[in-house]
Amino acid sequence: MELLDTPTEAAFRAEVRAWLADHVPAEALPSGDTSEGFAAHLDWERTLFEARYAVVSWPEAYGGRDATLWEWLIFEEEYYRADAPQRVTQNGIFLLAPTIFEYGTQAQQDTLLPRMAAAEDLWCQGWSEPNAGSDLAGITSKAVRDDEAGGWRLTGQKTWTTRGAFCTHLFGLFRTDPDQERHRGLTYMMVPLDAEGVTVRGFTRLDGDEGFAEVFFEDAFISDDWVLGEVGAGWSVAMSTTSSERGLTLRSPGRFQATAERLLALARSTDQLDPVLADRVTTAWMAAEAYQLYTLADVTDVTEGRPPGARSSLNKLWWSELDVELNRLGLELAGAEAELDEGSPGAVDGGRWMKGWQFALSGPIYAGTNDIQRNIVAERVLGLPRK
Amino acid sequence: MRFAFEDDQLELAAAVGDLLTNEVTPARVREAWASNDGRLRDVWAKLADMGVLGLMVPEEAGGLGMGEEEVTLALVECGRVGLPDPVLSSAMVSAPLLAEVVAHESTPEAAASLARIWLERLPGGATVVPAFPLAKTVAFADSADMILGYADGELHVVDPTSVRLSPERSVDGARKLSRVAWQPHPDTLLSDGDAAREQIRRAWNRAALGTSAQLLGLGETMLAMTVEYVSERKQFGVPVGSFQAVKHHLADARLALSFATPAVHRAAHTMAGGHPDAHRDVSMAKAMASEAAAQVGRAALQCHGAIGYTTECDLHLYLKRTWALASRFGDARWHRRRVAAALGIDPLSTVS
Repeated sequence: MELLDTPTEAAFRAEVRAWLADHVPAEALPSGDTSEGFAAHLDWERTLFEARYAVVSWPEAYGGRDATLWEWLIFEEEYYRADAPQRVTQNGIFLLAPTIFEYGTQAQQDTLLPRMAAAEDLWCQGWSEPNAGSDLAGITSKAVRDDEAGGWRLTGQKTWTTRGAFCTHLFGLFRTDPDQERHRGLTYMMVPLDAEGVTVRGFTRLDGDEGFAEVFFEDAFISDDWVLGEVGAGWSVAMSTTSSERGLTLRSPGRFQATAERLLALARSTDQLDPVLADRVTTAWMAAEAYQLYTLADVTDVTEGRPPGARSSLNKLWWSELDVELNRLGLELAGAEAELDEGSPGAVDGGRWMKGWQFALSGPIYAGTNDIQRNIVAERVLGLPRK
Repeated sequence: MRFAFEDDQLELAAAVGDLLTNEVTPARVREAWASNDGRLRDVWAKLADMGVLGLMVPEEAGGLGMGEEEVTLALVECGRVGLPDPVLSSAMVSAPLLAEVVAHESTPEAAASLARIWLERLPGGATVVPAFPLAKTVAFADSADMILGYADGELHVVDPTSVRLSPERSVDGARKLSRVAWQPHPDTLLSDGDAAREQIRRAWNRAALGTSAQLLGLGETMLAMTVEYVSERKQFGVPVGSFQAVKHHLADARLALSFATPAVHRAAHTMAGGHPDAHRDVSMAKAMASEAAAQVGRAALQCHGAIGYTTECDLHLYLKRTWALASRFGDARWHRRRVAAALGIDPLSTVS
């Protein structure tokens, strides 16, 4: 057991920390889930890319640094400690890219990955449909083969697509075999959103940002180049993405530790801190710390060839509920001023707790609700009977 | 970075686990309830043979010279089977405490020899239990060969035959408790002043850490028993474990236990390395393990239904041990206070 950085890891940490200190904008950028904020975030993504910090764990050929999982964790820890901008490219680089690395053809990797790293192509997810949320296998959007044109014609609707209104491309599942049901007959497809027959309509999330979109497909054509993995094998291809989303690649511990540290700072600066609140802040701080430790154990397992499997559902339950609690405590410490929203001049910490609270509330819902996650833990980790 | 135990440490834990799983059945735990001293002497002897009781005794004193990581893993296994015997007291608290007295430069020669005598008896199976000032009662003082007492800033070896023991009754019938009234004597002094204070502080931390380890083991057992039970027990024509309400209780139990586990492992590592934040890590471990085991116990009882609410069902053996240990050596709230103090947010800061 060794819980300190190796000399190489320490050097990498120092380099990242110094670069972030020099480059993170002093003024927080406007929310990346609004159109003006999204543009500001794109500039930041390009700054990251030029310094080869956009995708540290990717091969150098695609703009990365071949960083180990440990170095990736260190990068994330430093990134959140520096309070650097939210990553508007995250759905592409953390969710789609691992699937392209695993299932993509050489040509797909060579064309798609560098553009994704440079934030030239911006990717959103297209999983949920109006009648297929947690029950993802219930999707009905379909793709019909067009042999003559060498591709597929898409019809249907996706929804709750995060940042869909600002992105250039979508990835998701479409039913390619109408005779098959549920998990069978699905294909993983990528869709340029400027294709004819695709309409994107943004709408407003709980937190007031236009961060959601619904995407309509009316006989929209994509060529075979946009199919990822085997036709009909979409479910298993997609599962590699959703396990990334549930697991450690999307929600690295640094994010929650940074929030926990900000919460501590707020608690320390509170006059006559209520002992009950102090106890709860301590509990939440420990939960953030425990998430870090759990992740370190997971990364050790992964690097030594022991895959985490269904344990990633434990991950998602923990961080999503931790995030809610951290932000709720920030609001409780703000007291009567809790309602002051982001940007209101008198808001505690610029109103980040109200913003964070509303964002955190999505955590127990997306990527498979926590109620579904508890079923998965019970059935696949504990082995309880399905029926 | 690498956050996992080494192969030889895991092999040791597996060997201890195998021995205890074979020897300490629920029937044996019930036997301890029924006996006068709560001890399973044959198991104790086998643990001595395997080296477990001397894990933290230095090699020159006849032990294995290992540290908190190894003994923490062994104590998870003790908790898993509900072994009543005071492995924690002898192997994790008394052994390193006596070793520190022997090694400390300010210890007078007479005190060092006294400590060495008892240190060397530990690997062979001497029972040495600590009497900390914060607790009124001591487990297994009535079957101890020696008691380490701390009072008024002085650490003493206390001969159990020279003290007045008043029996108390634990909810866990296997834990034989006594109040211990003893008088210090110049001949029994091991250490005093700053040295004694530091030694007893580390001893307390090890007691809390080892108790956390046992709570993890107890939690794993109660969860495994419950998973097995709800998979077989049928109501409404189906296994009760197929109901979402039951699944969610047990998923939450798994979650709490899985995230308390690395906290205990980290505390074992930082205690072993003498890290300056080790006391904070121990408190986080004890707070989380106490809460997690209590939550698992509550879920286990609920999911067993009326069958679990009997002393015929083995669950109560582990449940009551959990209750006992969750409050021993600082309960969850006490330890959260200590974490809060370390973080600079304890508004009533009196805990050090």
